[in-house]
Amino acid sequence: MKVVDVDRLVPERGVAVLVDGHQVAVFLVDGAVYAVSHRDPFSGAHVMARGIVGSSGDRVTVASPMYKQVFDLASGACLTEPDVRLPVWRARIEEGAVHVDLVPVLEPA
Amino acid sequence: MTRTKRLVVVGGGMVAQRLVEALRDRDTGGTWSVDVFTEESRPPYDRVALTTFFSGRDPDDLLLGDAGLWHQDGVRLHTNSRVRAVDTESRQVHVRGRVYDYDALVLATGSSAFVPPVPGADLPGSFVYRTVDDVAELRAWVEHRSAEHDRPVRGAVVGGGLLGLEAAGALQAMGVGTTVVELAPRLMALQVDEGGGEALRRLITGLGIDVRTSTATAALRSGRHGRLARMDLDGGKLPVDVVVFAAGVRPRDELAREAGLEVGERGGVVVDDHCRASAPDVYAVGEVACVHGRCWGLVGPGNTMAEVVVDRLLGGTATFPGADTSTKLKLLGVDVASFGEVVAGPGSLEVVYADPVAGVYKKLVVSDDAQTLLGGVLVGDASAYASLRPMVGGALGADPTSWLLPAGSAPAPSGDLPDEAGVCSCNNVTAGTIRAAVTEHGCTDLAEVKACSRAGTSCGSCLPLVKTLMTTELERAGVAVSNALCEHFDVSRAQLFDIVRVAGLRTFTEVVERHGRGKGCDICRPVVASILASLGQGHVLDADQARLQDTNDHVMANLQKDGSYSVVPRVPGGEITPEGLLVIGQVAQDFGLYTKITGGQRIDLFGARVEQLPAIWQRLVDAGFESGHAYGKAVRTVKSCVGQTWCRYGVQDSVGLAVALELRYRGLRAPHKIKLGVSGCARECAEARSKDVGVIATENGWNLYVGGNGGFTPRHARLLAEDLDTDTLVRTVDRFLMYYVRTADRLQRTAPWVDAVEGGLDGVRAVVLEDSLGIAADLDAAMAAHVAGYEDEWAATLRDPEKLARFVSFVNAPDTPDPSLAYVLERGQRRPATEQERDGGVLVAGPTLEVRS
Repeated sequence: MKVVDVDRLVPERGVAVLVDGHQVAVFLVDGAVYAVSHRDPFSGAHVMARGIVGSSGDRVTVASPMYKQVFDLASGACLTEPDVRLPVWRARIEEGAVHVDLVPVLEPA
Repeated sequence: MTRTKRLVVVGGGMVAQRLVEALRDRDTGGTWSVDVFTEESRPPYDRVALTTFFSGRDPDDLLLGDAGLWHQDGVRLHTNSRVRAVDTESRQVHVRGRVYDYDALVLATGSSAFVPPVPGADLPGSFVYRTVDDVAELRAWVEHRSAEHDRPVRGAVVGGGLLGLEAAGALQAMGVGTTVVELAPRLMALQVDEGGGEALRRLITGLGIDVRTSTATAALRSGRHGRLARMDLDGGKLPVDVVVFAAGVRPRDELAREAGLEVGERGGVVVDDHCRASAPDVYAVGEVACVHGRCWGLVGPGNTMAEVVVDRLLGGTATFPGADTSTKLKLLGVDVASFGEVVAGPGSLEVVYADPVAGVYKKLVVSDDAQTLLGGVLVGDASAYASLRPMVGGALGADPTSWLLPAGSAPAPSGDLPDEAGVCSCNNVTAGTIRAAVTEHGCTDLAEVKACSRAGTSCGSCLPLVKTLMTTELERAGVAVSNALCEHFDVSRAQLFDIVRVAGLRTFTEVVERHGRGKGCDICRPVVASILASLGQGHVLDADQARLQDTNDHVMANLQKDGSYSVVPRVPGGEITPEGLLVIGQVAQDFGLYTKITGGQRIDLFGARVEQLPAIWQRLVDAGFESGHAYGKAVRTVKSCVGQTWCRYGVQDSVGLAVALELRYRGLRAPHKIKLGVSGCARECAEARSKDVGVIATENGWNLYVGGNGGFTPRHARLLAEDLDTDTLVRTVDRFLMYYVRTADRLQRTAPWVDAVEGGLDGVRAVVLEDSLGIAADLDAAMAAHVAGYEDEWAATLRDPEKLARFVSFVNAPDTPDPSLAYVLERGQRRPATEQERDGGVLVAGPTLEVRS
């Protein structure tokens, strides 16, 4: 489903969107779009879109603004606590708009 | 589930504190609850540092560890509660007419000062030196006598040991003409040898303290008022107004005796290797415990016993291994230390270095092949103590004389300590534990290593060695004690600041492309954001910078646990009009915000959602409020007392100065938050000395204190300059703040920064008052630019539609609040619902309840 026009996104600064009642955090990094759960698994608060985007080695990451755990945006894996994962949803850019579907992505594309 | 077992601890000293700390740390299953009974009126405090109470004056400065310990579930501290009796049959203790059952009992009653049975020892004017109350009474007595006499007060200390010399130093610090009377032929007879004792006597005498060794005290005599007036010594009389007995301690074993527990020949509750006394489930720890046939009058062994008992209580099998009796004392600048064997015996040698002119005496006791260190005595210069003590029993690794020569004349050997070598004897921390703090727990600075390993958290004498060990280990790990900020930058924050400043960089992209790599992270991005903000390079939410901002700066509000925010308008100096109060109250009511007064004399409004922030701020800005920067690593508040304007005691206009300072420095971003305080007189009602910058009014101007800190590691600010006029004060604060902003590490507050500046506080003083680096004009100009360039960042945001557009809950549903927010009412206001309340169907209000607008 279409959630927002690409030109409304600030690169490397997330936004939250509602997809069928689910809160999703959407990030635009180097022209690619990522969609992960907006819910921070450590605090339970819906804040992930407000995290800082960065990199760890080659991976593109986001840090939870609450307690600063770092997640791989592509796989949702938590880099600091390997048992925890952030759900990742399928996202793509089509005709200048970001589309997010509630289809889980288990492995990085 | 099994019932919680009850532990009763009798006594509230340092060892009791350690026991409770260790139990709470390790008893993760909540097997034990603990009741601690102390006859003193305060929680356990640092008795080792008692003398500092004379200079610090605030007994709370001596409190140990985290005060939160005593408020945890399952921990109860009963002050002013002397245990009257122990019944080991029925397993009960009797306290103030009540009876408490126990499953295990720990006696930690400590010692009392021993007063020799000389006639007159109970006269008014005779004191012991044991508790904060003793010290307070002693001080009051001396102050009263000082006020009566037009001559200096005369005093004596009975006992020339460690405690006696501490007491003599304290008396002298109060201006008392002091004599130390010692029965043995030398001072500190237990710790040092004859040569050391002689060097010590010369040093102490040189400080103006009279020393009489081989002298017994025969009697104390009263004068006309029935108060102490004279001491009779064998071999003369000594006129005195005050006497302090520091002639040793006796274990407080009376409860144990009455309870029928076995006690030692020379007192003390006899315990086995597991610290178990002679009745089931009764333990003794600390100075009252007689283990291996003796009582241990040092906190280190006591802490070990506490850990042993906790281990036993949790089913372990730890035993008391014996303890290190090394000591290091600093008395009015005189260093004295001893460790291991202090006199050579068969098969060992002494290596001595003595410089009577400089007042230095150093001796090492080594094995006869001079390879193994057995012990030593250091008087006058104990700088080698921290390195040498852990090596006792191990290889010296260098010519022994190289340890003894004066600092600077030969390179000090850097001992490669074995892992089992004890480094911190107060807390029994080995070199291996300190190394593990770096290698296994990832600590990278001294503060982290201290918190992780406990090393250096009591007396601190081992800190130089801890730092050396840490640095070596970091270098070995390839961290190379690198100042690298993170994986994206190889330089420190201070270096990065200079790079950005000198090169005039304006965006993160420029900075990371030229001086770093990758995309950055949650460490370096906020650092660069802060540097750019300190240098006045645009608004924090400008396009390039918006993506760098940490948690709070991200939306210029303070993130709370449920994802909502709190809002704090600036209230300069804590001065606010009734109209202003009404506006804040009305905004809070209209948006359903929880309100609380902050410690910085402002009002915090909680529970605002992202999409509400612009509307809330529009109301506040329209009424003349501006951002309080409570969300930033920035200047926060200038707290003030009401000052001369209203107060009967005020000597300057503290509110006026506080308002001026807050308006001058508002918006200044820094490596960490900065708080200031201004008090209108020496009563210090603004608590300025707990601030990064504290100003206290005097009759002649202002005294300026810097480096104070509340928080996790509280510190009192220290005096930087006295009696400044207002212009000089402001200029000095300008330079201090700007110097800090430019050179501190990331998240380093002013207290550790001052310590880290070369030369410490003196070094900072030289830079800001004497311009020793020639940068004062530059610092002044930087602050002038900050003041001229200040703009309220919330007002600026409200004028910018592009920035405002980001304050939405969901970009595809901008007016739908976060549906997960839930609140309940408590004491007339709302607060986030707990998980149980959400699950349990207790009434929970959704995010929009109570919002009128």
